[in-house]
Amino acid sequence: MNPKILRLTSLALLGGAVFALAGCETVKPWQRKTLADYTMRGDRDPIGEGIVEHVFFSREMASGGKGVGGGGCGCN
Amino acid sequence: MKIKSLKLFPVLALLLAAQTLSAALKTGDTFPDLSGFKLEGKLPAELKGKIVIVDFWASWCGPCKESFPAMNELQKKYADKGVVIIGVNEDEEVSDMKDFLKDNPASFTIVRDAGQKLVAVAGIATMPGSFMLDADGKVKYAHTGFHGAETSKQYEQEIESLLKK
Repeated sequence: MNPKILRLTSLALLGGAVFALAGCETVKPWQRKTLADYTMRGDRDPIGEGIVEHVFFSREMASGGKGVGGGGCGCN
Repeated sequence: MKIKSLKLFPVLALLLAAQTLSAALKTGDTFPDLSGFKLEGKLPAELKGKIVIVDFWASWCGPCKESFPAMNELQKKYADKGVVIIGVNEDEEVSDMKDFLKDNPASFTIVRDAGQKLVAVAGIATMPGSFMLDADGKVKYAHTGFHGAETSKQYEQEIESLLKK
């Protein structure tokens, strides 16, 4: 093989290997014990969720926010 | 540089190949020999000539819990027709598995894949994941997840189709 092509191919492969082996690892389905835990659920705390939602629609400044009348002042 | 590149080439090609070719069993593949994985628990003495369902489960997985009564039912219905169900536990802590089994007793074989080696070879996409093997130990059907009565019905149809052969 032409040494120039070989070198280029090697470089491309090296780039690919760096990209592929850079430590990005997917969590395997059988390793999801922690992720499957109840505390990892977004909707585990209805009161906390309500507060976050209130702050969100107040901050977003849109009239109606998240489907509630008013908005902007956070007083509703 | 020339010699270095030459040496680098196969190594990198191999690395990339290893990264992309993640092993996952497909229908038609021969299921690996269970005795080679140091599974904790007692495997059935003879699996040759039997229809085997290998079901991967864990205590933290909701659908797995749901699948247990269905698996018990299947085992009861087809035990005398040469159907063997093997539940392979993937819990990291043995106590998790024991607690689960206390609440959800299994009438089929349970083994534990402590090193999670078998499941890695099988390469399931979801928990639970299962494989139905024919009499020759080849994967005939693969299941991802458990969807209640629908999955139970599928299992029954597949078992019946394999029994006809």
